[in-house]
Amino acid sequence: MTATTALDLSSVTSSDAALRVFLHGLPGVDQVGAEQRAAMLGTRSIKTTAKAWAIDLAIRMVDLTTLEGADTPGKVRALCAKARRPDPADPTCPPVAAICVYPAMVPTAVEALAGSGIHTASVATAFPSGQAPLEVKLADTRAAVAAGADEIDMVINRGAFLSGRYLEVYEEIAAVKQACGTAHLKVILETGELSTYDNVRRASWIGMLAGGDFIKTSTGKVPVAATLPVTLVMLEAVRDFRDLTGRQVGVKPAGGIRTTKDAIKYLVLVNETAGDAWLDPDWFRFGASTLLNDLLMQRTKLTTGVYAGPDYFTLD
Amino acid sequence: MFEYAPAPESRAVVDIKPSYGLFIDGKFVDPADGTSFKTINPASEEVLAEISEAGQADVDRAVAAARKAYDKVWSKMPGRDRAKYLYRIARIIQERGREIAVLESLDNGKPIRESRDVDIPLVAAHFFYYAGWADKLDHAGFGPSPRALGVAAQVIPWNFPLLMLSWKIAPALAAGNTVVLKPAETTPLTALLFAEICQQADLPPGVVNIVTGAGETGRSLVEHAGVDKIAFTGSTEVGKAIARSVAGSRKKVTLELGGKAANVVFEDAPIDQAVEGIVNGIFFNQGHVCCAGSRLLVQESVYEPVLASLKRRMARLRVGDPLDKNTDIGAINSAAQLDRIRTLSDIGGEEGAERWSPPCDLPDHGFWFAPTIFTGVTQAHRIAREEIFGPVLSVLTFRTPAEAVEKANNTPYGLSAGVWTDKGSRILWMADRLRAGVVWANTFNKFDPTSPFGGYKESGYGREGGRHGLEAYLDV
Repeated sequence: MTATTALDLSSVTSSDAALRVFLHGLPGVDQVGAEQRAAMLGTRSIKTTAKAWAIDLAIRMVDLTTLEGADTPGKVRALCAKARRPDPADPTCPPVAAICVYPAMVPTAVEALAGSGIHTASVATAFPSGQAPLEVKLADTRAAVAAGADEIDMVINRGAFLSGRYLEVYEEIAAVKQACGTAHLKVILETGELSTYDNVRRASWIGMLAGGDFIKTSTGKVPVAATLPVTLVMLEAVRDFRDLTGRQVGVKPAGGIRTTKDAIKYLVLVNETAGDAWLDPDWFRFGASTLLNDLLMQRTKLTTGVYAGPDYFTLD
Repeated sequence: MFEYAPAPESRAVVDIKPSYGLFIDGKFVDPADGTSFKTINPASEEVLAEISEAGQADVDRAVAAARKAYDKVWSKMPGRDRAKYLYRIARIIQERGREIAVLESLDNGKPIRESRDVDIPLVAAHFFYYAGWADKLDHAGFGPSPRALGVAAQVIPWNFPLLMLSWKIAPALAAGNTVVLKPAETTPLTALLFAEICQQADLPPGVVNIVTGAGETGRSLVEHAGVDKIAFTGSTEVGKAIARSVAGSRKKVTLELGGKAANVVFEDAPIDQAVEGIVNGIFFNQGHVCCAGSRLLVQESVYEPVLASLKRRMARLRVGDPLDKNTDIGAINSAAQLDRIRTLSDIGGEEGAERWSPPCDLPDHGFWFAPTIFTGVTQAHRIAREEIFGPVLSVLTFRTPAEAVEKANNTPYGLSAGVWTDKGSRILWMADRLRAGVVWANTFNKFDPTSPFGGYKESGYGREGGRHGLEAYLDV
């Protein structure tokens, strides 16, 4: 996986059989070893200046998310205000990367974020199950883009993947990518439902081969969301993919990342697996709804030396 | 760039005395002739303490104390009572784990991440494990009521100072022996702290005696007429000398000596984890590991991707202050060892192997050696045959499983081996054929008190750990 020149992979996706051969030819993932490596990197000790740097970077990488049936324009506007100025008491605090909402809320978000440079991301393709006909998924995507979303988070067809219909998964992603137009496509693998790291690696490659700009762990709607080992395997995949094709793909762990300590573990993983090139909001994001306040609390602690109570930070 | 800020563990948790006596009969005593030597921090060359050098008279005293304790107390004590002492020691080690880990890293140069997460937990685990055996010797499979041997003379190396102590002392005491132990001259501090732990645990005087010193002290101990059992871990050269000196005597011997382990990577291996295993196999504890995977055998069909991944991974290794929690590779234990690593590495270059190290800044003081690999190595190269005992990896290739076995076994040593493949049947096939005491599959350098450890050929004889480790201290 380390060819130094870009390689044409189009033949790989010429048939279901060719794609299967390619995916099953990828090096396997040893579960014990991958989990040990992730655990070891989780013990890196990040303090003082490194911690301050990591916290600000993590804030800039947050896709501040609300994906509830009860979402309203008021709620989304409040979230957008927070995205612009996460800490009203400290103007040096950077804004987050994006707001992530359901398609119906995109116009509200776009309006509220106008001129801020913050992206509007929208989940589409019958999120979170993905169990809808392709036409519906494409229409969902087009509607979100038309409403102004510049980032689309799609879920892959796990049913097709688990029953071995890899080409179908690939073609669906490719079709959605086309429907996105200029919007960035984040491909949600829903790794909690893929169950093995070998599957995570294969799904990562399908997402990258089909033109995804990001691969993302989870919807946040199944019990097992982002984990360090799964993210490790995905980071190895984007690293190998760039070595092979020259094209860089981003990674977004989502769901269950709530504390600064956790976020920093992910950044260490990025640093030591994929490398510096991914330590940027263009190439790594956190999908989270509650992480931001802990980042703000730790940030304040670093500057003031004391922990402020939760009331010193805004609700969404 | 993500530059981790230094995160050093505090030295304040350890209390190093300016000088130490010998631990004989439950007390710290001065050596008879009053000679001493210094132990230093290999990461800075700073002197840590004055250590007493035990002479013949001191060894005599220690062996006599051990004999008295054996005859009068320890061999008469029911197993369940011996177990209580061992459990107590294990718990104290856990309670004082942080202090012990810092002291170990200071004296040895190993990264705190390893002493804290690997060494000290394993030390406690060994005492817990053998505590469990102390009252069950009748059921260990060596016949009814197996007897202890008597006084055990134990000489241990500097690479895992306290872990090797636990491998020796825990089974010996569980089986009912008393011991005189000599730690390595460059790393005596944790053994002396262990002596304090014995006092804290109210262990009867004389059951554990610790004499510090260099090779001469070790020789006096091993050749002492009053010892019944010798356990040695260290170089093959010294092991051979011990075997010669005790030949014909009634003393029982176990030797755990050098190694030149093959780490075999097949083309279907999980590459990312195999690379981690290669790194862990040779760069763990600066390569100061007798079972280190110092010969990498890669199947030719995956040679290039494996080597590229390995180099990329090596470039991420953090070399430096052992007390920094983010350090992966610490200091070489002594100037003498650094010299040996340099000499052998230079020979590797002269013999035509290609040498590579990642760019890394090494500290100005102390003993340091950058992680190094040699490619284009053949079985005929000295670096493929001799134990370097440092962070130096020789990379060889093979084409078929049979060739892998042949090359892996073509060494005077036989302590350990590693196999990396996704095929379960191949793991078993390889394990049957590799002449090594331990064969790791899809992992490397994993230790557990329940698992016997020891070698073939010049790697020594006898086993430590597990039920087998008990056998070495029983008259069976």
